[in-house]
Amino acid sequence: MGFDLEAIRKEFPILSRQIDGSPLIYLDSGNTSQKPRAVIDAMSNFLETSYAPINRSSYRLAGEATEAFEASRRAVARLINANSADEIIFTKNATESLNLIVQSWGRANLSEGDVVVLTHMEHHANIVPWQMLVAALGIEIRWVPLTARGQLDLTDLDQLLAGAKVFSFTAMSNVLGTITPVAKLCQAAHDAGALAIVDACQYVPHNVTDVQAWDADFVAFSSHKMCGPSGIGMLWGRMELLDAMPPFLGGGNMIDTVTLNGFTTAPVPAKFEAGTPPITEAVGLHAAIEFLEQLGLADIRRHEMDLTRYALDTLQGRFGDDITIYGPDNVEVRGGVLSFAFRDLHPHDVSQVLDERNVCVRAGHHCAKPLMKALGVQSTTRASLYIYNGTDDVDALVDALDGATDIFGF
Amino acid sequence: MAGLDDLYREIILDHYRTPRNRGELESPPAFESRGHNPLCGDEITLYLMLDGEGEDAVVSDIKIGGQGCSISQSSASMMTQAVMGKPVPEVRGLIRKFKTLLGIEGIEEREGDAEIPLGDLEALQGVVKFPVRIKCAVLSWNTLAQALDQAAAAPS
Repeated sequence: MGFDLEAIRKEFPILSRQIDGSPLIYLDSGNTSQKPRAVIDAMSNFLETSYAPINRSSYRLAGEATEAFEASRRAVARLINANSADEIIFTKNATESLNLIVQSWGRANLSEGDVVVLTHMEHHANIVPWQMLVAALGIEIRWVPLTARGQLDLTDLDQLLAGAKVFSFTAMSNVLGTITPVAKLCQAAHDAGALAIVDACQYVPHNVTDVQAWDADFVAFSSHKMCGPSGIGMLWGRMELLDAMPPFLGGGNMIDTVTLNGFTTAPVPAKFEAGTPPITEAVGLHAAIEFLEQLGLADIRRHEMDLTRYALDTLQGRFGDDITIYGPDNVEVRGGVLSFAFRDLHPHDVSQVLDERNVCVRAGHHCAKPLMKALGVQSTTRASLYIYNGTDDVDALVDALDGATDIFGF
Repeated sequence: MAGLDDLYREIILDHYRTPRNRGELESPPAFESRGHNPLCGDEITLYLMLDGEGEDAVVSDIKIGGQGCSISQSSASMMTQAVMGKPVPEVRGLIRKFKTLLGIEGIEEREGDAEIPLGDLEALQGVVKFPVRIKCAVLSWNTLAQALDQAAAAPS
């Protein structure tokens, strides 16, 4: 399948919905993506024909369900070029994946005074779990600052990493769209003797991902931002690390044996998958991965680079100094996330006016309050692009923004 | 469907463009309280100056600092005008009445509340049709209630 925008849009039933007689302009995929028919059908077919417990019962139906679940794990491994499907752990979401690393690896390997390096552009999911360890263990957090154009300022990286145990950073900012030099950062972490942990939640849905080429240690990402259902997230980790880590949640499925005196754990990945997992969601995720692979992740990236360029040029061309778009201007190092300040209008008011025209954007701090502080704002309006967006959506955004001025009369 | 005209009434936009009683008061003697909306990150600081003690105290001055959207800022601005010079029990009544206007449940109406005039604040009733924005409209009111609680708990 080539990159045929109209054909792609037809695959997403929700995009044919109209509100008050006009079409939906969905520009909030950085928050969560819409779902193609293939994912919706895969989930309902599974529920209608093959739903059963996994890894527990011995009848044929349960075997089918287990196989469907494990096939999804293999698809995830293929998507990110993991060495083995056993290195893929299913969680609830990327937030849980990061918490798993912190609570399992972190508590087992960090102690008072140990240094974890983060960046100013992290999502709260890659900040708060570490701050919980500051409170619990007395670890220290150091921060990589930003340049004026919203890239990581790596000038003092070596000093920041000196003696650090962990460098945990985003592959793509959910606010600025900035794509970070992941392989280079992993190398710098390893040179300093630190683990490299990558929050790839925004990156994986839009790019070719190769965790081995990155040489990362852990990578967290989620299904719902890449056309799959919510309720399932992924953690990839290097097997020797996962093998040595204590379990995260305890319960069924994660044990080898249990006696009155204690328990032993199942091998990875089951060790980290306590309780009944999101089975149907895994099946939907598998369909989403196949959908993206058919489009081609490299082609998706190219489409989004072109569209991001168009959006930057059109917004700045139309509004000039009245709009401030945060993040790099070079689309080689930025994804399709456009956070902006528009005139003196508050983002809540901007999004309210856009909503009147069915233009869906996010207004707020985007779960990145330290970044908002670094930008000197309380909140921004954010439009985020995906495979089903085209120049017509950007044009609709621009026209709707024009309407905002009329109402507030600044 | 509720249109933007229901939300952005002219009086609301007027208070947004020209907010009344913006600024700070020295604290102490003023009571200072902070409110924030976790959804959007808006933060306001409210300064409340009371003249008198306990239930006999009246609002002698009130100022609002911080940032917010048109709804939170205009609501704060109108609130300062509505409570200026009013006795504390009436201010509490106005808070109850305003929250009831916005459809917030569990507000217990007390005797005399019915007689408290809302005046310009009625313009914010349109917010009810935009449930996401109700939090914006009540931010300053909750912050005022906190300041009154502080005052009530303060040693005289």
